[in-house]
Amino acid sequence: MSMTLLFTILTLCLIGIFAAIILYIIAQKFKVEEDPRIDAVEEVLPSANCGACGYPGCRAFAEACIKADSLEGLFCVPGGNECMAQVAHLLGHEAVAQDPKIAVVRCNGTVENRAHVTQYDGVKTCAICAQTYSGETACAYGCLGLGDCETVCPFDAIHIDVKTQLPVVDEDKCTACGKCVTACPKQIIELRKRGPKGRRVWISCINHDKGGAARKACQAACIGCGKCVKECPFDAIVLENNLAYIDFEKCKLCRKCVAVCPTGAIHEIHFPPRPVKSQETTGGPSTAVSEG
Amino acid sequence: MTQHTMKSFPMGGIHPQDHKLSADQAITSLPVTETVSVFFSQHIGAPATPLIKPGDQVKTGQLIAESAGFISANIHSPVTGTVVKFEEVMDASGYKKTAAVIKVADDEWEDGIDLTPDLKTDIPADPDLIRQKVQKAGIVGLGGATFPTHVKLGVPSGKAAEVLLVNGVECEPYLTADHRLMLEKGREILVGIRIALAALGLKKAIIGIENNKPDAIKYLQSLLTGEDPISIQALKVRYPQGGERQLVKALTGREIPPPPRGLPIDVGAVVLNVATCKAIYDAVQKNKPLIERVITVTGCSIQKPSNFLARIGVPIQSLIDAAGGLPEQTGKVISGGPMMGKSLASLDCPVTKGTGGIVVFDAEVARRQDMMDCIRCGKCVSVCPLGLEPYLLAALVERNMLDRAEAEKITNCCECACCTYTCPSSRSLLDYIRLGKTAVLKAMRERQQK
Repeated sequence: MSMTLLFTILTLCLIGIFAAIILYIIAQKFKVEEDPRIDAVEEVLPSANCGACGYPGCRAFAEACIKADSLEGLFCVPGGNECMAQVAHLLGHEAVAQDPKIAVVRCNGTVENRAHVTQYDGVKTCAICAQTYSGETACAYGCLGLGDCETVCPFDAIHIDVKTQLPVVDEDKCTACGKCVTACPKQIIELRKRGPKGRRVWISCINHDKGGAARKACQAACIGCGKCVKECPFDAIVLENNLAYIDFEKCKLCRKCVAVCPTGAIHEIHFPPRPVKSQETTGGPSTAVSEG
Repeated sequence: MTQHTMKSFPMGGIHPQDHKLSADQAITSLPVTETVSVFFSQHIGAPATPLIKPGDQVKTGQLIAESAGFISANIHSPVTGTVVKFEEVMDASGYKKTAAVIKVADDEWEDGIDLTPDLKTDIPADPDLIRQKVQKAGIVGLGGATFPTHVKLGVPSGKAAEVLLVNGVECEPYLTADHRLMLEKGREILVGIRIALAALGLKKAIIGIENNKPDAIKYLQSLLTGEDPISIQALKVRYPQGGERQLVKALTGREIPPPPRGLPIDVGAVVLNVATCKAIYDAVQKNKPLIERVITVTGCSIQKPSNFLARIGVPIQSLIDAAGGLPEQTGKVISGGPMMGKSLASLDCPVTKGTGGIVVFDAEVARRQDMMDCIRCGKCVSVCPLGLEPYLLAALVERNMLDRAEAEKITNCCECACCTYTCPSSRSLLDYIRLGKTAVLKAMRERQQK
């Protein structure tokens, strides 16, 4: 009895040792030489696998960084300059710095500003709503409010506000990976420069209709009047197809355009409140226009 | 012939209640409104190039926009009056397209258009002349797809046409426009078919009509002689028999190669709708361009379900007003049939060449049920006329697995909506499939360009 037991255990041990030797030999023979720097770079990356760099996941990006001669054109958006500096240090390259960006919602068609004229009872995704028709409001360009951007965000950084039915970007969480930009069927979201101290000025509308039609559909629409274009001292605003657009590279954040916009389509954020005196002057231009 | 032995397509399909409320209503002319809006793009293919400018005077039937390319169609003025402006006008889906807004003054027709009701049976022998006339008149497929007809009447090199199939199926519930047209303009339709036969150089045409229109079958049959090249085939009542693929299969037994490439001509068939044949007759025999069409306005709560001969460009509101106004309890107004039509975003949008019907639904009936989980009952699979697995395709699209959806032949879908109709969990299968189909087709095109 004990002999049988001993024999069985010995046989199993021998098989185990034999298999281990074979596996060791095979592992040595077919060993994949991998650059250890790939692991090192991947360690530095944020591991969000968001694809904002244009590569399928962080490891693929790390491999691309190692293969490349310089880091030009390679940038981890969520990691930002800090992360890229670390990558550059590891690989001995020069880091190419980029201005930090953030997702900006270019629609201010809140429930108050934009009356609902129809009711959508289909599948609650923007993609299907947009292929079915132009949306519940009379504005064919604006936000549908069904939250495809919210669903797609890997950082939980964008949410539909229950009251306004518009997406709100969480400044601390948004990494400007651009997933919401591609998910939005109406192309409302844009990646813009974060700006010094987070200060930004942008036109919160993408309606290309003529002034009257745009205003009828939404009270906060850009009516293409061109006042901001004339006001801007830096030629940063262009008016095309009844819609003004602020070039964030040229904009010096003087906020003169915000003051003259008759519909309030131009938004500013993180600026200190205007002194009372300048608020009076904001009323100035509009009266001047009515006189002229 | 009983329903049992009658011809039909072999796979899938449904039989919704047909509600043909306006089947006994003769076609009446709809009065023209004060202004009309005529889109420059009312067909598949390139939008037509405008030949007029704001301020111009136009006559009824005058060419106002010229076909811009091989697959494109001419647009004619449906009224006499002044072009007020070019404007971005909301189309049926709420998106804006360029249209000419014309203020109506009178109804003076362009010279050379024969407005007498006399039947002209002598057919021009030259196929090129016929194609030219059809192209000039801006005729597009009136079954709903609005494909330019002159392209269909020319057989591409390397292909051979054997038979002309005429679509008088009208399988969509509620719609009766084609039914009435067959009853009232049967003779003109038959001449139109003979013209199409001459253009294609064919000796055989089959008119397919579903068996719920026995009066139309009987009437057209009575107009045919024994050895006529045209014959009539009664078909079993089944949706989507009016689909090109299903009709070709039902009438000839042949299978068109899978989309997006396959066309009826690949199996030697050319398919034209009965209304298109009537338009061909008007164009070739009477020099009359396509500026009006028959539209059914119907719905269970509509006071007077009717069939109107309406000018292109009149607002849909005017059609509904003429049928007794919009009922209070209305939930949705559908342009097209209830199966494949689209819910209108606004009643101000104008009638186009593709508008075949306006169906008004009560709010209670129209509301979509809440979507529940798929219970894998397989009903959608059994009704799909193309043998697809709609539940799977929808799930794949929902999870953004488009490669797999392409492998499962999502591009074969003809969007007949049988799957959504039959789903006991009220899943919006077609919405997902359509979304995926568009994305896959786009990806395929991009791959081809590379």
